[in-house]
Amino acid sequence: MSFDNAYEAITEENDARWAFGTGFEDPLSGVDTSVPRGVDGDDLAAYCLMLGDDALIMSHRLQEWCTNAPELEDEVALANIGLDLLGQARLLLTRAGKADGSDRDEDSHAFFRDEREFRNVRLVEVENSDFAYSIARLLISVTWRLSLLQRLTTSADPVLAAIAAKGVKEVTYHRDYAAQWAVRLGDGTEYSRQRMQAGLDAVWPLVGELFELHPVEARLVEAGVAVDPGGLREEFDAVLAQVLSAATLTLPEVAPRGGVAGKRGRDGVHTEAMGFILAELQSIPRAHPEATW
Amino acid sequence: MSTHDWPLYEVFVRSKRGLNHVHVGSLHAADDAMAVHNARDVYTRRNEGVSIWVVKAADITASSPDEKDPFFAPSADKVYRHPTFYDIPDDVPHM
Repeated sequence: MSFDNAYEAITEENDARWAFGTGFEDPLSGVDTSVPRGVDGDDLAAYCLMLGDDALIMSHRLQEWCTNAPELEDEVALANIGLDLLGQARLLLTRAGKADGSDRDEDSHAFFRDEREFRNVRLVEVENSDFAYSIARLLISVTWRLSLLQRLTTSADPVLAAIAAKGVKEVTYHRDYAAQWAVRLGDGTEYSRQRMQAGLDAVWPLVGELFELHPVEARLVEAGVAVDPGGLREEFDAVLAQVLSAATLTLPEVAPRGGVAGKRGRDGVHTEAMGFILAELQSIPRAHPEATW
Repeated sequence: MSTHDWPLYEVFVRSKRGLNHVHVGSLHAADDAMAVHNARDVYTRRNEGVSIWVVKAADITASSPDEKDPFFAPSADKVYRHPTFYDIPDDVPHM
């Protein structure tokens, strides 16, 4: 199936269900969904929640730009990125329920876990603040996630590998989008540069946490399932340096934000912003459990 | 609402099943690169396209409605210009 050749594409079977495009794909089609031998199901589930919660909560913050973005076109762009990440979250939260044998579905994970059970890094949960801050956070978040997903495509868990392969294409675009805005604002007017630099400085204390190895990750790295986030730092720094240089911004020199008694997002210890997100995300499903529409 | 002065762009998308780019709408963007990105986000999010063209609306030279008759009326009665008077071989596609 090649869409480069218009004559070939035009002779394809049409799927009358869709008004516009066709050729929708199931990223898990044909993938062996059993837990690989020698891999601890609970660890695998916890890891899926980490990556899934990163995507779910980041998606929520992006959705908050709907009706608030500076331009209509960017509103759609940010919503698209949020939807991509939500799609990754759905697959990962579903995988978590299969891996630990609990059979909890995606909705149960998203709507019926309490704050301490969420495993996302704190970077994705802090408030949007202004557009420059949001772009800085998005740039950092997706640059890190792209490096991670690229390595995860060779995971010993075929489901994680398939989810990562799907995500790489999506997050590549997210990074491009965020980098373009960082450069536009940084290399824009004196005022826009000032705002972009301020946004970058403000979000930077949450960067260090992205590269810390959690014990669950350490065990799964041994099994060839997970990616050691520490190994992403070099590539992350190189990409950021390239973007910041084009944007005439400087790398912030600020101390990382500490955790509570050494515990951070991956341990379920979050910032004060997290409770407000969950209240908004979960109040309706909890008020009307099992409701459908 | 913003009061920006970003130029208007016209967007053309080629669908998977289409041979040519088709006009799908317009949008605002600061420059050409942003226009392609915005077009991707606004006009291809339902799997509509495999290729995008954008062009500044100001760069399009259009025929004037005032010239409608001198431009188009003379072709209305010349049916012999249509290639309908010969048989098309079966293996010639898309005619």
